[in-house]
Amino acid sequence: MKNNRSLRSFSAFAFLRDERFLRILGQIVFLVFLFIIFSELIGNMQSNMRRQGLSLSFSFLELTAGFDIGEHLISYTRSDTFARAFLVGLLNTLLVSALGIVFATLLGVIFGVARLSSNFLIRHIARAYIELLRNIPLLVLLIFAYIGVFIKFPRVQQAITLPGPVLISNRGVAIPRGIPTETFQSFLMSLLVGIVLALAVGLALAWYGRRTGRPPLTLFWVLVILLLSAVIGWLAQPAAPLAFEAPALQGLRVAGGQQFSPEFMALLSGLAVYTSAFIADVVRAGIQSVSRGQVEAARSLGLSGPLTLRLIVFPQALRVIIPPLTSQYLNLTKNSSLAVAVGYPELFHVSGTILNQSGRTVEMITLAMATYLLISLITSAFMNWYNNRVRLVER
Amino acid sequence: MMRKPFSAIAFVLILTLLLAACGGAPEVNPPDQGPDAPPVADTPAPIDTPESDLPVPTEPPAAADTPTEPAAEAPTPVAQVETPQEQIPVTAQGFGTTLSEVQERGNLVCGINGQLPGFSFLDPSGNYSGFDVDFCRALAAAIFGDPDAVEYRTTNTQERFTVLQTGEVDVLIRNTTWSLVRDTELGLNFTSTTFYDGQGIMVPADSGLTTLQDLEGGTICVQRGTTTELNLTDVMATEGVNYTPAVFEDVNATYGAYAEGRCDAVTSDRSQLSSVARGVLPDPENHVIMDITISKEPLGPAVRHGDDQWFDIVNWTIFATIAGEEYGITSENAAEIRDTSENPEVRRLLGVEGELGQLLGLSNDFAFNVISMVGNYEEIYNRNLGEGTPTFIPRGLNSLYTDGGLLYSPPFR
Repeated sequence: MKNNRSLRSFSAFAFLRDERFLRILGQIVFLVFLFIIFSELIGNMQSNMRRQGLSLSFSFLELTAGFDIGEHLISYTRSDTFARAFLVGLLNTLLVSALGIVFATLLGVIFGVARLSSNFLIRHIARAYIELLRNIPLLVLLIFAYIGVFIKFPRVQQAITLPGPVLISNRGVAIPRGIPTETFQSFLMSLLVGIVLALAVGLALAWYGRRTGRPPLTLFWVLVILLLSAVIGWLAQPAAPLAFEAPALQGLRVAGGQQFSPEFMALLSGLAVYTSAFIADVVRAGIQSVSRGQVEAARSLGLSGPLTLRLIVFPQALRVIIPPLTSQYLNLTKNSSLAVAVGYPELFHVSGTILNQSGRTVEMITLAMATYLLISLITSAFMNWYNNRVRLVER
Repeated sequence: MMRKPFSAIAFVLILTLLLAACGGAPEVNPPDQGPDAPPVADTPAPIDTPESDLPVPTEPPAAADTPTEPAAEAPTPVAQVETPQEQIPVTAQGFGTTLSEVQERGNLVCGINGQLPGFSFLDPSGNYSGFDVDFCRALAAAIFGDPDAVEYRTTNTQERFTVLQTGEVDVLIRNTTWSLVRDTELGLNFTSTTFYDGQGIMVPADSGLTTLQDLEGGTICVQRGTTTELNLTDVMATEGVNYTPAVFEDVNATYGAYAEGRCDAVTSDRSQLSSVARGVLPDPENHVIMDITISKEPLGPAVRHGDDQWFDIVNWTIFATIAGEEYGITSENAAEIRDTSENPEVRRLLGVEGELGQLLGLSNDFAFNVISMVGNYEEIYNRNLGEGTPTFIPRGLNSLYTDGGLLYSPPFR
């Protein structure tokens, strides 16, 4: 009403009644509130550290580490910096996580499909495997794998020798490996040429298949070309590109060959087996989400069991599997930090040593957290990209 | 659409708030600096302690950014200790609040190991006992007259310094080696050494390993985050011996792996090796400590930077036990000696004459309490590491200076 000129109906303040404005204002207020809390906490920590005479800075990473690390993928000695030690730990984490993801996925898919088998024994063995491993805490499993399995192998002097030779002892498993010789570079060159050729042939065959409607055996020919180029490249070299190095007992240890320490194997097997139980259930859920009509239609077309699984069920099941699978991969990566219990020098373990030797608790924990966060974000970004690719595109 | 301007306004608003907050954050804290606290570069207010002419060194120039911060409480009188005798308010620079906090709380919080037989370990009745534990009790006896007024906080190597830095424990008596980095960068002060130790290597008796060169190519178990780890690296690099370290989190894991044969040798302080070998390993007679000493490992209590009074209290409690052994005062004869002795130093030590206790902020009979309730150094040593115990270690350097050792108490005057 014209007489009712209260403040609320004043047209200049109309935006205060606008729902969109109020929503954004609420969010701003909440963010400010959150920011105040965090700055209080951080300021409190900083003032307490100042009072103790301690300071926050990352320049300690340039200091000499002074400690050895048992396993390192890149060269490392005691006179390298803390930063390099941290990098060594990071690479160890990435190695264990990558291999763990691969093995866990393999095992998980196998047991997930087995869980749905029509064979009574297979089905129940798979069920027992999944139920058992899901219910044991990972730390207990890791310690069992380490102390109960990998350290119980005989001492080095009485190592088990398998044909190869492969030496198994409580210092780890040693397998023979090839050492690159001077002709290795040219072998790699010829391999590269072979790969390019195989790629070209593969693309040409695919084009031909699209053009004529008669699909040729693309994969077969690509593999044949790769194999031929590898063999020709090897034989064409004057000397063998890889020198065979066998592990052998030497004094107190095994020398030569590729060695896997019991800590590494305990961690890898523990992580892979534990996560595979969860992945198996995810896979089972994915497969069961595909409606029975699809399977029946496939059967009526004459597709056998495995073909149905590969061509019809799995592509549709993937859409359901990928998101929980991402979580399991991230869990595996973060669970690798339990390596402190078995003594494998991965990121968290090395961070703890650096923390202790340099006294920089806050900085090191922050750095470790940030690194794990980065690894997890990269993994989940990649999985999300893949998820978008296989997602059902609604009309 | 109308949403865009709102988002833009919101973004700009948040940005300005962030910038303003970042610029203003240092002024929001610290809360302990009153608005009228004078910069501590001035001379301190006149102090009526007898030692006021001694310049108490301001805490450490190592604190790169704020040289004034640790003495922020200086102008306010602190530590008005409520005991029957008259107390002198301690207002000198570098005096903190630890003693008053401990007295107000009514007990001492002591950081210990908890897994090391002979030094700090749970005995069958569920109480902590050991060499380090006895020094915690001595400190409690000095402050409260009650050796059981202690709360024990077990720590592993990763958190032991953090709990002291943050104030969770008042003192760390955890077989910790005194080193320069720990004394400076970690913000700790090491008091007098209670146990002079060295690093050794333990091997199975039937392995035939006697020198460092024998360990070429071997694996050595070591505990993470210790000076042991660093010393091993140094000495192996010096000797040119290739080895592989197997690094574990705690005492149990380290010696467990060694006992299983995962490593050819295990290294730690000699005291820890012998106490663990006898106390933890299933077959102590099958293990021998090599006859090499890799390094010096002086073990002693540690306190935080910035509280000289507390540092003095811990220091002089230790000296009281050593002085007790020097004068032959034990827990049994302490009362009798106090009543009958004519030796002026003994009388000052036990509080009959003088006011040495008050100068520390404690009661004058603090040393008497320590010796009569816990014992002198020899009694503490023999009770935990002596011949009759399973964790026997010969005294060696831990004898009095008159017996060829390194224990020497400054005079009580």
